[in-house]
Amino acid sequence: MLKRQYIPIVVTAALLALMFAAGSFRYTGFFSLQVLLNLLIDNAFLIIVAVGMTFVIVSGGIDLSVGSVIALTTMISASLVQEQGWPPAVVIPLVLVLGAAFGWVMGAIIHYFKIQPFIVTLAGMFLARGLCYVISINTITIDHPFYTSMAQTKINLPGGFFISISVIIALVVVAAAIYLAHYTRFGRNTYALGGSESSALLMGLPVARTKILVYTFSGLCSALAGVVFTFYMLSGYGLHAVGLELDAIAAVVIGGTLLTGGVGYILGTFFGVLIQGVIQTIISFEGTLSSWWTKIVIGLLLLLFIVLQRLLSARRQMQKA
Amino acid sequence: MVKHHLFWPLVMLGALLLFNLLYEPDFFSIQMRAGKLYGSLIDILNFGAPLILVAIGMTLVIATKGIDLSVGSIVAIAGAMACMFLSQGTDQNLLSLVLSAIGIALVLALVLGLWNGMLVAVFGIQPIIATLILMVAGRGVAQLITGGQIITVSSSSYKFIGAGSLLTLPFSIFIAGGVLLIAILLTRKTALGLFIESVGCNPEASRLAGIRSRVVMIAVYVFCGLCAGIAGLLLSANVSSADGNNAGLWYELDAILAVVIGGTSLNGGRFYLLGTVVGALIIQTLTTTIYMIGVPPEITLVVKAFVVLLVCLIQSETFRKTLAHRFKTRRYPAESEVKRHA
Repeated sequence: MLKRQYIPIVVTAALLALMFAAGSFRYTGFFSLQVLLNLLIDNAFLIIVAVGMTFVIVSGGIDLSVGSVIALTTMISASLVQEQGWPPAVVIPLVLVLGAAFGWVMGAIIHYFKIQPFIVTLAGMFLARGLCYVISINTITIDHPFYTSMAQTKINLPGGFFISISVIIALVVVAAAIYLAHYTRFGRNTYALGGSESSALLMGLPVARTKILVYTFSGLCSALAGVVFTFYMLSGYGLHAVGLELDAIAAVVIGGTLLTGGVGYILGTFFGVLIQGVIQTIISFEGTLSSWWTKIVIGLLLLLFIVLQRLLSARRQMQKA
Repeated sequence: MVKHHLFWPLVMLGALLLFNLLYEPDFFSIQMRAGKLYGSLIDILNFGAPLILVAIGMTLVIATKGIDLSVGSIVAIAGAMACMFLSQGTDQNLLSLVLSAIGIALVLALVLGLWNGMLVAVFGIQPIIATLILMVAGRGVAQLITGGQIITVSSSSYKFIGAGSLLTLPFSIFIAGGVLLIAILLTRKTALGLFIESVGCNPEASRLAGIRSRVVMIAVYVFCGLCAGIAGLLLSANVSSADGNNAGLWYELDAILAVVIGGTSLNGGRFYLLGTVVGALIIQTLTTTIYMIGVPPEITLVVKAFVVLLVCLIQSETFRKTLAHRFKTRRYPAESEVKRHA
């Protein structure tokens, strides 16, 4: 009745529900819609990045540059808006195009020169992080009215709850990505590419275009996440979002995407981000636990899901044999 | 000579050093002060020692077609463990206490390496993911050990490991040199090196050929963990403190970079330990150069990015062919015509 391919995503969703329930039983004030909505508010940028990362991982690659691209986006936005006085209406499209172009170049190098994605995006990571410091080594605070209004606007929901504009952006990205992944030719090609590149090539799929587009899309998502991050932090700084690529990869894995490529779900990634958010919320409610427990718990969850994936794929292979 | 695997790395290192010499005429000068040698070259060796150590371990892992992202975390954990153990002793200079602190830290590093090796070799998880777990959780563990604080120790015998000197040279150079020697002897004077390379080419085929590929794989991860542990001791001893958050940050990337510059392919099956050492020295020299010419050190990252890309492009056969083709057609414009008639 339940297809095996959906098991990882169901496990992820169940784990999220379980953790949320455990938190609700243990802490007063935990069980409220607003706590859940805060997860979205605080992790909107991570959701957007992780969606882009899902496409890259499904295609069989990896993108280590996302955190740095976010930092670079905040830095460029801050310096253009704050120091050069450019209007946000120009700056935001500009950074989105820059992010996409950055991803495009990395994808092209990966494809045409057959260099491992790991190394190319590592170079991209160094480059973007370094460029931040070329702009400035200090924090640039943004007090432009557009950015502050984006940061402070609360969208009220019935019952006194609220979300931020960033949440709307993140949810739109998730919806668009689900459509893109499961209902378009590009999505099909991405899955086929991740399943087996040589088969995809033999089938006559546009491997080059798909591969490059995947990295372009990830770059675009990172830049968009950078814009949302700028709304969240109201500053540009070269040390923003350090290590975010790992959070994104962890979210993708916890969401049930196979790291070998070919199998994965955008919705799973969405749950994966929320699980990380719940862990953080539980730790902040606990009060006595320190923030490093987040890393340890996420590490353990990663292990759990990777082993689960191994078991599932091993069983599938046994059935085939 | 151009074909030799050390040729290009050495040319690069030479060019960097030459640039430094032109910029700062007394760059090569080495002075004797209070029985110790001082100079930029000595500094490069001294500060480069931890990176050399980590990169040696990484070379063997990459030779088996693996990768170890957790080395930076192991560096932090080993330093944190040693300093934590030391700081609880009453007399921190007691040799037995220092030795047991070192021992405990190294055993912990071994165990962490074993953990990575088990995940990769026994459970068959992709190396990049298997070690990602420890990379994420490891920093948490290091902070757990230090309680989130920066632990300072006041042990002069511990400090000797990172900042002491022997025979007028920094002691850390001897440690790095010793490990390098052991690694070279083990891999080039025994069949172990061949086993590692064959596992990197094809683990299944080498298993069928009678090599215990699982044991070999676990062994290289254990060795890599141990190397990272020693590097962690050097780093924490040098500053007499352990910082769970920042110690060894980005070391995995620098180490991979050093390995790649040294000519070891990320596809496994071939490795050059001396190339790796030269690669690590290039990175350290690059950092020194950038400091010296007064560029903000943060821009190191941009320079590194271009170095990584350049090295990878040169390694890429497609790129070399494209380039060669371009030059060829430029030099002999009539060549294509000739071929057509023939």
